[in-house]
Amino acid sequence: MSAPHTLPATGRAWVFGDDLNTDLLAPGAYMKFGIAEIARHCLESVDPRFAAEVRPGDIVFAGRNFGAGSSREQAAEVLRHLGVACVVARSFSGIYYRNGFNLGLPLLVCPEAATVAPGAPVACDLDRARVHNLATGRVLACEPIPAHLVAMIRDGGLLPHLEKRLAAQRAAHLPTP
Amino acid sequence: MSTAAVSLSAASAPQTLAQKLVARAAGVGHVTPGEIVTCRVDLAMMHDSGGPRRVKPMLDRLGAKVWDPDKVVVVTDHYVPAYDDDSRAIVQIARDWVKSAGVARFHDGEGICHVVVPQKGYLRPGMFAVGGDSHSPTGGAFGAYMFGVGATEMLGVLVTGEIWLKVPHTLRMAWNGRLAPGVSAKDMMLFLCTRFGMDGGQYQAVEYAGPAVQALSMQERMTLSNMTAELGAQAGLVAPDEVTRDWLARAGAGDVDLANWHTDEGAPLLADHVFDAAALAPQVAEPHSPAHGRDAADLAGVAINLAYVGACTGAKLDDLRMAAQVLRGRKVAAGVRLLVAPASLQDQQRAEAEGVLGTLVEAGAELLPTSCGACAGYGAHTFGPDVVAISTTARNFKGRMGSAQARIYLGSPWTVAASAVAGRVADPREMLQ
Repeated sequence: MSAPHTLPATGRAWVFGDDLNTDLLAPGAYMKFGIAEIARHCLESVDPRFAAEVRPGDIVFAGRNFGAGSSREQAAEVLRHLGVACVVARSFSGIYYRNGFNLGLPLLVCPEAATVAPGAPVACDLDRARVHNLATGRVLACEPIPAHLVAMIRDGGLLPHLEKRLAAQRAAHLPTP
Repeated sequence: MSTAAVSLSAASAPQTLAQKLVARAAGVGHVTPGEIVTCRVDLAMMHDSGGPRRVKPMLDRLGAKVWDPDKVVVVTDHYVPAYDDDSRAIVQIARDWVKSAGVARFHDGEGICHVVVPQKGYLRPGMFAVGGDSHSPTGGAFGAYMFGVGATEMLGVLVTGEIWLKVPHTLRMAWNGRLAPGVSAKDMMLFLCTRFGMDGGQYQAVEYAGPAVQALSMQERMTLSNMTAELGAQAGLVAPDEVTRDWLARAGAGDVDLANWHTDEGAPLLADHVFDAAALAPQVAEPHSPAHGRDAADLAGVAINLAYVGACTGAKLDDLRMAAQVLRGRKVAAGVRLLVAPASLQDQQRAEAEGVLGTLVEAGAELLPTSCGACAGYGAHTFGPDVVAISTTARNFKGRMGSAQARIYLGSPWTVAASAVAGRVADPREMLQ
């Protein structure tokens, strides 16, 4: 089996609390713009440093019900745009969970997500559904990701997944030479 | 035991309404909570913000067409009326796309999608539907399985006509007795959000049941199902009955089957909560969460400078009538603005015809266009930093309706109207006698 192209990921931890909602991730006033502009304001009323200082490969940790609220998928797309490799939370809102994988942003449900300190170096392993806290050496177990979502995230999300599927269908319908 | 015997016993086992709806869409006799199935979609609803503007570029990239344009509905509600070049462009994409995609069911500036879709007679019991908006569970009030998805997920539906689903468990919320005068569906939902939290629904199906729910009007049931989103469930169902059938018949959706669409006695429930409707007092949620509810009387005295009657959950005809009941012969307090944004054009016209709108304006209300307005936080009428508002909307998240400094309380249309008159949070029952 080939390794997922995005993972394992290693980066710094950004740590947030419970109920981090979509209106904080993708504020309504900027929703008329493209993703780059929305991303500049991602979480600005929670941590004004986040959008400017988050680096590709960093990992977001949070408490319960991450992504509560709207179905606006820009709330997941902004984190991917900013280079966040994975979100690890105690739980996700249902729509956000689907949106994350659809947009190619891996999500891990982890009961111990709150034990990671801000800035700690961490590594996520999607295949084994676990998170390594490289600062403490602890390994945090996460809930396994459903197989069909693992397949989709390997393709980079639902759009490239569909692209691949349609290409295969079209190839199958080509007349044999 | 043979396979045939197993499937026969599974098919005849008691099922929840949610199981029956999902099984029908999955084309099987029986589904088990927790299993992953693929469902055929009967109706896909999009609005201007998450709809054509987002899906068109992806459809173009795939070179794909909509699987069945007759099963698609597009409603403009987030960026109407357009207030600048950006919003104009977004709405224009929707107008152009429906033409090129062959989508005939397009409703431009006629109101909020969750209210317009049933009013056009597009929903009926037994259907399986998705909406590109988190308040899509509203469709559950009609005995349809309907839930919200993001735009890329919608793309998948538009291309394949299908969507995957983890078969939900059911949490039943049974309300015995009758609501007291001045207490509404909104109070029930603020109470439930506070009791169970914004993730209390566990992304399963909630079913509202019991005599107090059966006694609710169709639009009040829509408020229950709508705010299932705030409860964190996937769907919020009410078993259809004569109230549903009569309402749908008036909306032009006849031929409604009621026989099968209910939870069987003995069906498996993840939770079965029972509440006494008569004991519920008007509820108000404090900033910044619908789960911060308390009895309105406990917050009486909190001064407000804005009262907002708007949104799919709080400005339907029944909601406007509630506000008018309080405001008849009264005036909005000095220093308070009362804004009213009717949830649909049809509701606005009916409210006008029966004098409800006149009563609101007479009391000092300013009428805003029928659209999502300040509720979505997208439009021109968002709230400034000095605003302390009480609102009939569904969400009072920090910054959602404008400035992060604005403080927003949530209440029923009765409570919001009474608070507008008092200039402070008020229990409406004293003004309804």
